[in-house]
Amino acid sequence: MADKKAKTKAEKEDPKLTLINNLLSGYVDKLPESLITELREKLYKLELNEEQMRKIVEEVNKAYIRALVEPGEAAGTVAAQSVGEPGTQMTLRTFHYAGVRELNVTLGLPRLIEIVDARRTPSTPTMTIRLDDEHKYSLEKAKEVASRIERIAIENIAKSIEYDMVNSSFIIEIDEEIAQDKGIELEYVARALERLKVGNVEIEGNNIIITPTTTSPDKIKRLRERILDLRLKGIKGIKRVLVQKEGDEYVLHTDGSNLSAVLQVKGIDPHKVYTNNISEIAEVLGIEAARSAIIKEAFQVLDQQGLDVDMRHVILIADLMTCTGKIRQIGRHGVSGEKSSVLARAAFEVTVKHLLDAASHGEEDALEGVTENVIVGQSIPLGTGVVELFMRFPKEGA
Amino acid sequence: MSVNDIAKSIKSIRFGLLSPEEIRKMSVVNIITADTYDEDGVPIDAGLMDRRLGTIEPGQKCQTCGNRVGQCPGHFGHIELARPVVHPGFAKTVYLTLRAICWNCGRILLKKEDYDKYVQLMEKYRRRWPQLRHKLAEKIMKRASKLQECPYCGREQFKIKFEKPTTYYEEHPEGNVKLAPSEIRARLERITDADAALLGLDPQMARPEWMVLTVLPVPPSSVRPSITLESGVRSEDDLTHKLVDIIRINERLKENIDAGAPQLIIEDLWELLQYHVTTYFDNETSGIPPARHRSGRPLRTLAQRLKGKEGRFRSNLSGKRVDFSARTVISPDPLISMNEVGVPIEVAKLLTIPERINKFNIDEMKKLIENGPDNHPGANYIIRPDGRRIDLRFPKDRKTIADSVEVGYIVERHIKDGDVVLFNRQPSLHRMSIMAHRVRVLPYKTFRLNLCVCPPYNADFDGDEMNLHVPQSEEARAEALVLMLVQEQILSPRYGGPIMGAIQDYISGAYMLTKKTTLLTREEASQLLISAGYDGELPPPAIKEPEEMWTGKQLVSLFFPRDFNYTLKANICQKCGQCKKEECPHDAYVVIRNGVLISGVLDKKSIGAGQPESVLHRLVKDYGTDMGRIFIDKAFKLFLSYIDSRGLTIGLDEEELPKEAKEKIRMVVEEAEQKTAKLIQIYNEGLLERLPGRTLEETLETKIMQELEEAREKAGEIASQYLKETNSALLMARTGARGSLMNLAHMVACVGQQSVRGERINRGYQNRTLPHFKPGDLGARAHGFVYSSYKDRLNPIEFFFHAMGGREGLVDTAVRTSQSGYMQRRLINALQDIRVEYDGTVRATDGSIIQFKYGEDGVDPAKSDHGKAVNVDKIIEKVVGAGVI
Repeated sequence: MADKKAKTKAEKEDPKLTLINNLLSGYVDKLPESLITELREKLYKLELNEEQMRKIVEEVNKAYIRALVEPGEAAGTVAAQSVGEPGTQMTLRTFHYAGVRELNVTLGLPRLIEIVDARRTPSTPTMTIRLDDEHKYSLEKAKEVASRIERIAIENIAKSIEYDMVNSSFIIEIDEEIAQDKGIELEYVARALERLKVGNVEIEGNNIIITPTTTSPDKIKRLRERILDLRLKGIKGIKRVLVQKEGDEYVLHTDGSNLSAVLQVKGIDPHKVYTNNISEIAEVLGIEAARSAIIKEAFQVLDQQGLDVDMRHVILIADLMTCTGKIRQIGRHGVSGEKSSVLARAAFEVTVKHLLDAASHGEEDALEGVTENVIVGQSIPLGTGVVELFMRFPKEGA
Repeated sequence: MSVNDIAKSIKSIRFGLLSPEEIRKMSVVNIITADTYDEDGVPIDAGLMDRRLGTIEPGQKCQTCGNRVGQCPGHFGHIELARPVVHPGFAKTVYLTLRAICWNCGRILLKKEDYDKYVQLMEKYRRRWPQLRHKLAEKIMKRASKLQECPYCGREQFKIKFEKPTTYYEEHPEGNVKLAPSEIRARLERITDADAALLGLDPQMARPEWMVLTVLPVPPSSVRPSITLESGVRSEDDLTHKLVDIIRINERLKENIDAGAPQLIIEDLWELLQYHVTTYFDNETSGIPPARHRSGRPLRTLAQRLKGKEGRFRSNLSGKRVDFSARTVISPDPLISMNEVGVPIEVAKLLTIPERINKFNIDEMKKLIENGPDNHPGANYIIRPDGRRIDLRFPKDRKTIADSVEVGYIVERHIKDGDVVLFNRQPSLHRMSIMAHRVRVLPYKTFRLNLCVCPPYNADFDGDEMNLHVPQSEEARAEALVLMLVQEQILSPRYGGPIMGAIQDYISGAYMLTKKTTLLTREEASQLLISAGYDGELPPPAIKEPEEMWTGKQLVSLFFPRDFNYTLKANICQKCGQCKKEECPHDAYVVIRNGVLISGVLDKKSIGAGQPESVLHRLVKDYGTDMGRIFIDKAFKLFLSYIDSRGLTIGLDEEELPKEAKEKIRMVVEEAEQKTAKLIQIYNEGLLERLPGRTLEETLETKIMQELEEAREKAGEIASQYLKETNSALLMARTGARGSLMNLAHMVACVGQQSVRGERINRGYQNRTLPHFKPGDLGARAHGFVYSSYKDRLNPIEFFFHAMGGREGLVDTAVRTSQSGYMQRRLINALQDIRVEYDGTVRATDGSIIQFKYGEDGVDPAKSDHGKAVNVDKIIEKVVGAGVI
């Protein structure tokens, strides 16, 4: 707010800025915002007279009009090719260290496929969490927040777990050092185990002894898994948290992702929490956020591989995936499967099913797409094919 | 094209089921005999090869329509089934429908109020969201299946069980009762039209009872042609075989019914008939064994014909065979224009273009006719105005034919220099994979192309083949010329930069030519310029005494437009801390002012392929594609001529290092080995500090890998310091022509760590990689570190590890192509119908808006300046003058 006021004030005192703004005011609706800003900055920096400035702005406007897309342009095909073609050049190597050395993140072609597939969970979910002013400058406090997030189960702090056949009870030996490091007390563990309601819980030195009510070997086996997996602390799904110093602040990187739960943790900056799990973003923050996430993730993959792809192509794909308000997969279960044309669907995958369904529903294919028209042998409605106006020649001799 | 010659167009295609009446009506014959031919090979009447079903033998007239082979479309027959059978494709739909209706009165099992609600909803959806109707129908069917009692007739309802593929039971309290298809059909018949619509069926196109077949259509013989083998044995199509089975069982069933056979036998036969009909439609139905040919091969029946990559849809309908095309091996020709393609004479004599004779070209056409099909600029056919074709292969006296042609005749003449053709290399991954070229008829048998079009096609000359297509209509040629010509595709829509440009020797040549030390005598300079097609004056020499000398920069400058201004840092830039700009010691700061290359060398950054914001990019962007083509055609020849005259070669002795350097490298590597040993020792003592989130072993691995990687890098650095400046491999690596400094380091210094799956090599024997090592050896040598350089030769162990790493690379490539290919297919399929409309929105075919403004600013990436809508700096420079920014 204060910034804005200062700006208008500066404008009042600066005739040059007023002049530039006046010049540009006629183009506000015509040119994209980024271009206007760029022009304003560049014109301001240079010593030019009004005539020169006017000419520059006019020329820029002309150049912009020249750069516009033409109606009928096969924007979709170009986007698909532009994203698909570099795929052949990408590495298949799944893992790479992205920023944090200790964390593996899927990158390259597998990650790109994951994004267009709109998978529920990525193969390597990860979050980047920034902390609020109180916690971000101190390692101690950052670690404190981290311990609130990192999920600790019995298996993380137990040295061993054995089943005593004689007394038919589990003996869990807790690694005191680790437990202390994670800030977990023995009693706390015992109480958590009690809440499982599987039997009697006792503390004996460093050991916790559970005597289950059941003795059937099958159930004991399953019980063991349940005990090991018992959450003592932290957030479901977050396997590990790393505290990393970036610049002068501490940032948390996680292995595993759970956006809705992390947002409620004290000490984080909820405006600066990021996850690479797109469907989670869609659920918690809405479809527009998911669209941005798709663009960001896909573009990052391409960029990281050193592949130069125009942002507009990625944006189009993201828009297509999200334009219905839900994330749709690029493929049989999403965009391609929901096409209105029977022939287009049949030509893609699961041919017979689509044809049979179309027959029983009495569907009509209006032949508006590309594949359908190729199939029946007509010109496709793209590019020069969208023109439906023809000239009527006078008949010869008439 | 005028309104008058627009062919009829198909506006829409309606899908539906055939009713029994319709099947009978369109049938020309009721098939009753399972036999096809008698002993003389004559088709049996009312058999599967009945002549009324259409003709497949040449010269025969169709008994139904009187046409000959090409003209007769074939005609359907039919089989009257003795008992109805369920259409296997609709078995599920039948089940869902049966569940939703009353067995007695056939009404949907919905209470009145629900029914009315759904009718209204369905009507609303029909008008506004037709896509959602099926979802609603599914919901209705589910809802209806819940009711226990019919609200209309009050009868108790039974649960229906469906057993794949085609068996239905009704669960009565006293036990399960099998539902015969005839019973099912009777129930479906009772459904009213209005109810059918609620169940998602279109009663006009698909009455529910039509999903149970009483009559089976028999496809025309042209759909299932029999083939006669050389031995004279006739072999029938898979479909015919299946139909034979159906008829045979059908007849037996009919006989048994007529004879009053016991119910059990009839039911067995009925089920057998159902089996045959099921496999006739889909021989991969789950739950039943596929019908097999005598040889044991599963039959390819209707569903299999349509499905998959080799199926009708993907193979024949989405992809079509064409005439007027050619394919052969490609080879390079730096002398032809980038817009051209060299076509062998043999090919040119087979590919033709129809040209209508008018008063301007009649003499030329007569000459072509006279030349005939065997002499190159000739013609293969003449089409008279009445549509008759004259084949020029046979008449001896072509002169008289040539004299007889008049205005209005069409001549199918050979392609000749200057014709527009399309040129393509698979895989066609982007639109630059098919471009229009101008024909250049050349001797020898390969297609020739300019090297600058290799990057967009991704072509090399290790045996690659390419395809050529000749557009036949004027419209097609015009479109090809305006939209697809190579020069129009220099700027890629992928990133708004040039995808074509200099590669390999072009870059080396450009670098060597524009280097400061290159001085040329009058003779040399003239020679170079002539070969580049320069016909202007020689500029004043840069050095006048003792001999007139020209610099390479002067020669290159002749090909820039006079008002061209540009600066950039070349690829050879050493990234010094403080850039000295024009005073760069490496001559890496390129300055072009008023069309003169003042300083800097041209290399990959300024003229290379796929380099946005390069000199080439600016030329094409600011001066048009013609300028771009001319620059590439002319200036690039200059580079090649120079490299031709000077020579560029690498040999074994060039990769030799002085003793001193070798010693240094040995020390670096030895040091690394010691450090590794130390790390292992620390690890063994248990003193190694764990990295967060890693196990101890992983920590050790990472540390060792880091250490060794560093050693290799250091070795490479030492090597490149000691290599002579004149080293050709170094030159190529620095300029970006080919190879990298790492490749060079591999050759002269040390190959370094080999890896499989991103780790050191750990596989092989138990606890060791090879029997040459002690179990548990964690040292560098034992896990694939190659100390030697390629020049020094790898020892057998190193060689083996190197092969392991190499193999992974190969497998990776093979796997990747299939994965990325499928991803691209899906992307294309999902996005292909999306286009920009006249109002600037981006929409799908149904009119739904995907973007309100394409790419948020409406700018075409192909016309953008490396993604930016407008290059403001460039415009300011243009208005105010150069050097402002």
